[in-house]
Amino acid sequence: MPPVNLGLAQLSDHFLLATVFFYALAVLAFAGDFAFGRSAAPRVAGKQADAEVAAESPAAAERAQVAVGAGVTAQAGSSAPASAASPDTAKPAAPSGPFAADGGPAVVAGSRWRAGGAPAGPWVRAALALTVIGLVTQVLGIATRGLAEHRVPWGNMYEFVMAITCAAVIAFLLLLIRFRVYSVGLFLMAPIVLALGLCATVLYTAAGPLVPALHSYWIWIHVTTMTVAIGSYIVAAVLTVLYLIADRHTRRNAADPRAGLGAVLHRLPPADALDRLSYRTVIFAFPIWTFAVIAGAIWADQAWGRYWGWDPKETWAFITWVVYAGYLHARATAGWRGRKAAYIQLIGFTSLVFNLIGVNLWITGLHSYAGIN
Amino acid sequence: MLQWARWCWRQLTSMRTALILLFLLALGSVPGSVLPQQGIDPQAVQQYYAAHPALAPWLARFSLFNVFGAPWFAAIYLLLFLSLAGCVIPRTFRLAFAARQQPPRAPRNLARLPLVSTMASPLGADAALAASSALLAGKRFRVRTGDGWISAEKGYLREAGNLLFHLALLALLVAVGMGGLFGYKANRLLVAGQSFGNTVTALDQFHPGRLVSAADLQPFSIGLDSFSARYVSSGPDMGQPAAFNAYLSYQSQPGSATQHYDLQVNHPLNVDNVKVYLIGHGYAPVFRVTDGTGRVVFNGPVPFIPVAVNSLMSEGVVKVPDARPQQLGFAGLFLPTTVDVGGKLQSAFPAPYRPAVSLVSFAGNLGMNSGVPQSVYQLNTAGLHRLAVKPRPLSPGQSIRLPHEMGTLTFTGYRQWISLAITYDPGQLPALIAAIAALAGLLVSFLVRRRRVFLRAVPAAGGGSTVEFAGLARTESSETFGAEFADLSTELSAALGVAGDGGAGERGPHGATADTVLATAGERGPHGNVPAGKTPSGTSPTAHADAAAGPTAPGAAAADAAADVPSETDERE
Repeated sequence: MPPVNLGLAQLSDHFLLATVFFYALAVLAFAGDFAFGRSAAPRVAGKQADAEVAAESPAAAERAQVAVGAGVTAQAGSSAPASAASPDTAKPAAPSGPFAADGGPAVVAGSRWRAGGAPAGPWVRAALALTVIGLVTQVLGIATRGLAEHRVPWGNMYEFVMAITCAAVIAFLLLLIRFRVYSVGLFLMAPIVLALGLCATVLYTAAGPLVPALHSYWIWIHVTTMTVAIGSYIVAAVLTVLYLIADRHTRRNAADPRAGLGAVLHRLPPADALDRLSYRTVIFAFPIWTFAVIAGAIWADQAWGRYWGWDPKETWAFITWVVYAGYLHARATAGWRGRKAAYIQLIGFTSLVFNLIGVNLWITGLHSYAGIN
Repeated sequence: MLQWARWCWRQLTSMRTALILLFLLALGSVPGSVLPQQGIDPQAVQQYYAAHPALAPWLARFSLFNVFGAPWFAAIYLLLFLSLAGCVIPRTFRLAFAARQQPPRAPRNLARLPLVSTMASPLGADAALAASSALLAGKRFRVRTGDGWISAEKGYLREAGNLLFHLALLALLVAVGMGGLFGYKANRLLVAGQSFGNTVTALDQFHPGRLVSAADLQPFSIGLDSFSARYVSSGPDMGQPAAFNAYLSYQSQPGSATQHYDLQVNHPLNVDNVKVYLIGHGYAPVFRVTDGTGRVVFNGPVPFIPVAVNSLMSEGVVKVPDARPQQLGFAGLFLPTTVDVGGKLQSAFPAPYRPAVSLVSFAGNLGMNSGVPQSVYQLNTAGLHRLAVKPRPLSPGQSIRLPHEMGTLTFTGYRQWISLAITYDPGQLPALIAAIAALAGLLVSFLVRRRRVFLRAVPAAGGGSTVEFAGLARTESSETFGAEFADLSTELSAALGVAGDGGAGERGPHGATADTVLATAGERGPHGNVPAGKTPSGTSPTAHADAAAGPTAPGAAAADAAADVPSETDERE
């Protein structure tokens, strides 16, 4: 194998620093949206509200027409006896969908997006641009690292944390594209910046070759799918924490939703929507995790002579799988869904994180590839 | 009594019990990763005993050094799988039954379902029903028609996938058990130039399954021609291994042709369905010992065990029971690349650039005839006394002359050894198939959505008919059903020849299509009065249906509208 290309390795390090920089700015911009951004539209059904809100923002002008149209229809609809949706019957009406359209005009005709959230203001647009730039530098950083080392760029803990944060950001952006949950960005990007900061300081490992145990194409399959699953689980965990906070807040402040934390929380999707988004993210991640564990078992069989040997890493992957399976069942069981299920998911996430950090650093086993002394 | 048994069975198969058992399973696995395990690292268990002499026997009493073979752990997973079987098998029958059954009757009041669309068709009620039924059947709905209504259902595969997943897990357990009964594991250390046959006596460690006897071992033999290891020679990872190659010759049975194989990590040898893995390597210095009488009483390689992974500094002992007048023993280090750091010998690199051994010499009684089994890697010094030999490292060819004419030890060179893991697991392929089936079932159950649509047509006053079309997603994560429902409504209104404009007030200003209305179903957002009746205009059925789709467990309205439709999710309660 050719030696490590030090120039490229250094370039990769610079890309990482740039990534931390852009992500940190993105966090600031997301925070700026909370502080200075225009508050979400008042949630009043009906045509005036829609029209007003729509008119407020030039960006939404184009949609205003549709919104007004919708308003008219609402009036018409309410006259139909079949419709349970007239304003009086539907008091806190049915925000369905992953979460209810909460900003009125944002329900854009013809587009396939499904959720509410105010249209992106300048702060959010800036934050998104910074996130995307950061993502580009991160992908470049990972790619140059792989090129420098002539191998898969997730072979030790430093590289792995790089890869999972990258996966988490991609998962987050996909979620954004589909559900426009901009306001979640702050709470997701902040821990990612912290993780990358740790990555650059504590976990940093110079570019180098892989130990023979990792010389297998299975590293592409097993570790890559693990990365995708973990990235998604991170997003799901952030959503669940937000759900728990929002849910507690709404329970305690039913009378005045804007009291206390409500000032911040009203910018977020409603609690049940957060819960559903989190669930959907887990639904996405769980089969990938399952696949990754199976791929790991096949690889373990080739490398170590058994497909399952209760190595600490395997044990914790199993625990994680079992707890997330418990979450999926709990979420589907009356009496468990809601907060209880959410706590179960967080237990699963804790075991995931422990597997990533604790098992790598404190427990020796066959998976001791962290590269940290 | 019978009642009590039935109560127990119902408790066991309830989702609550299954969840608790799942957690116990997760929780029970934790000590298996935190405490050393007998099956994985027996030496670490011994060390633990030495470090915690009071605690260790107590932990052992609860099988905590063998968690995954412990009776209590088996109890958890067997109960879990019993619970699983108790839930899944009846559900399989129910599914098989349901698969031949028709969807339920359409509820009376369709307006109370979560997705509703009303349209005025110029067709008569019967014709409208026939057209709708044809459309739905064409979309592979299972259609049931009645007097003035249609009920149609799609997505039975979801439950099938769900059951496949759970049944595959049961099969996986059986496959693992099969491996434990009929398979075996063994280890063998092999010095370059040596060979061995796959027999119980030739194996260093042999862990047979419960139903395996010595006669069941496949009769192959393996020899190690040579071994090469490459290491990173510079940079921060210096000393880290880069590649191992063990060049083997093997015969699948006595008398058959000799074959060759380049054994590497991740590239096991498969002989006669038995897999042979390269799991370790090290050095075996070669010694020649001449005793006090002038006879050569020992001449051969002695495997030393690496104690430092990155430098392959290795420890080992040489036992010479045949030496006279006294038995001789040596203990010490092998250093592949010897460096002297302040008077202390160390190995700087794992490759043999400056190999040396450093030994302490003993004479006396090795204690090998006492009947107590001894490790070949340890010297029992109870009956030995240390000989006064000035310690100095030996390079190949150098000797230690022992005092009092007791003999001479010559370090003649070194060879490399590898350790092989030999495993036979007939449950492996079934386990793989079961795992793939589980994954497939999981994907199907996550991707397929079970949904029902209902339709009622009544003759309208001025001719034609009024058609009410309603939809109900039976599973969570089904907000896309809203979009599907909107598309269905559009197609349906086309098929029913719904007029472009005029007519009923339900229609949106843009007229053309059906009016999809969101009923108050299911979970309510804390944030109030959103679009409620905001609606679906002709141009945006999709957008609206999207907003309408989330509620999964149908809320009150939907539930009584379709009382015979329990939310699938609650089935296990």
